[in-house]
Amino acid sequence: MMTRMLAVAVGAALLTGATVAEAATISGAGATAPAPIYQKWAEAYRAKSGTSLNYQGIGSGGGIKQIEAKTVDFGASDKPLAVADLASHGLLQFPTVIVGITPVVNLPGVTPGEMHLTGPVLAQIYLGNIKRWTDPQIMRLNPGKHFPNLPITVVHRSDGSGTTFLYTSYLKAVSPDWGSKVGASDSVQWPAGQGGKGNDGVAAFVKQTPGSIGYVEYAYAKNNNLAYADMADHDGGVVAPNEQSFTAAAAHANWDAASGFAPSLLNQAGAGAWPISGATFILVYKNPPKPAATAEVLKFFDWCYMNGDGMAAQLAYVPLPGPVKAMVRHAWATSVNSPYKPH
Amino acid sequence: MADMTAGSLKRAAPVGARFDPIFRILCLSAATMLLAAISGVLVSLLIGGWPAFSKFGLKFFTSTVWNPVTEDYGGAGPIVGTLITATLALLIALPLAFGVAVYLTEFCPRALRRPIGTAVELLAGVPSIVYGMWGLFVLAPLFAKYVELPLMAAAPPGSVWETLFSGVPNGSGLLMASVILAIMILPYIAATMRELFLTVPVKLRESAYGVGCTSLEVVWSVTLPHVRKSAIGAVMLGLGRALGETMAVTFVIGNSHGFPTGLFDGGSTIASTIANEFAEATSDMHTSALLALGFVLFLITFAVLAIARTLLGQRDHA
Repeated sequence: MMTRMLAVAVGAALLTGATVAEAATISGAGATAPAPIYQKWAEAYRAKSGTSLNYQGIGSGGGIKQIEAKTVDFGASDKPLAVADLASHGLLQFPTVIVGITPVVNLPGVTPGEMHLTGPVLAQIYLGNIKRWTDPQIMRLNPGKHFPNLPITVVHRSDGSGTTFLYTSYLKAVSPDWGSKVGASDSVQWPAGQGGKGNDGVAAFVKQTPGSIGYVEYAYAKNNNLAYADMADHDGGVVAPNEQSFTAAAAHANWDAASGFAPSLLNQAGAGAWPISGATFILVYKNPPKPAATAEVLKFFDWCYMNGDGMAAQLAYVPLPGPVKAMVRHAWATSVNSPYKPH
Repeated sequence: MADMTAGSLKRAAPVGARFDPIFRILCLSAATMLLAAISGVLVSLLIGGWPAFSKFGLKFFTSTVWNPVTEDYGGAGPIVGTLITATLALLIALPLAFGVAVYLTEFCPRALRRPIGTAVELLAGVPSIVYGMWGLFVLAPLFAKYVELPLMAAAPPGSVWETLFSGVPNGSGLLMASVILAIMILPYIAATMRELFLTVPVKLRESAYGVGCTSLEVVWSVTLPHVRKSAIGAVMLGLGRALGETMAVTFVIGNSHGFPTGLFDGGSTIASTIANEFAEATSDMHTSALLALGFVLFLITFAVLAIARTLLGQRDHA
């Protein structure tokens, strides 16, 4: 968290420090979750090229509205747009980084990775049907473990967020019960529990409540030293949340331009793939009102694809697999009407 | 001498006459602009919220379902949450503010008056997000340990207290939100009350002391009756602020829609619901439901302030 906040602060300071002499400025707006990495990339890119980025983290909904109103050069969203929506607005969608969502628990004596859960059990906990940590359904997954006999306090996000979208989409994918009773969206009607504002708010509630379970972006679990739970992967094996398992989820997915580069990374087949992963996206016009500005946007993200992986990893985002980047580049060259044509 | 005054007045008159109409128009346009802005906000909230009002009708005020997936919205949870937290905050803040105001006007040594007065005003200057973060990270764990858990333990099983003190004792929920709100509105009420107490003629208070009244009797029988109605106005101003407070509440209220059953339960207010969901509300009905909630909050706040105005406007006579 601190690293990210620092990166944002430094990025913001550098952005405000931009001089008038530097001609090109790219404007973008949208998702808050990837804002720290966009700021960090922008800061490095500006030092290199002189082009600065004005990115406003106003939320995915705002990002989509702004690009549709053509007030920004690109929009950013945690939630992929449907292919039909992309087509009707003439938008191209492409991913930038992968995020992983991690269930975190606060049980006295339980260390990170000690607890093992599956999607259906997680859904039952969040539905409020499993009420105690000593429930047979949990004990069956954790043979030989002795968890304290505490009531389960469910913690969720209170603000609409891409994190919640991914998490509820996963629960919907693995539990028909969840699908019919709650469903998947940026914010849902939670059957149980308390809501914290932002990843920080959820992490704070979990830390302060013995017997609680929450879900946060991986970086927050890691930096706050929260006890994350291991999950069952699609093939039934046990998988821990880390860069490798998120990358595995991305590698196994079927990315293609026709689907808006948005394959579901949830519960991917293949051993060692973290089941609750997803990408975050950028939206640009295929026939942009200002081709030169869109060219600058593509140039920026192409530079990030080539040079930004290390910076992403520092902030605990997972870079895209190489072949996916190549496919996105191809789409830039062939389907966006701008002067920038990557090879 | 009289002639000279008349002469200078006569000479000044044409200047004033030339600028007065312009001045009047400037003031009028300033006032009109404010009115236009307020009615603009009200009308745009109503237009924005209309799809929700017309789709759900009265159910919008009675239903506790708030489901963005099925696009079914009822605002009873946030509306009730707003009223409960604001009222509780007032109940907590009122005695404290009264104490501060009485101390400052009756007992405080002259040398301490300014520092304490400034401290109270400083409380009003702390940004609301700072209260929220402090409430969540510092006050909530302490509150859970020293207030919520003991209260839960002390409540006799099966009594109404047990229901009242139910919920998750982790320092977030309706009561915690009310406490934070109370701290936030305290300086407003205290400062206004102090000003009111100072309007009580010294003659009256001194005479009361002169006939042998105690401090308590002076406050109770002289000061309070003199400012009673205005004091209610001061309280209402605090209430108005508590109703609309957003960030601090969002951090500590626990943010669950639906009807709260206990004081330690998570709840939501209108302002916190809007703050939480507006940025990521992508569907039109979701946005509309949030704007409709905003309209309801506007009406509630307007009603409270109107009452406050009326009471403050009335002059009391001892």
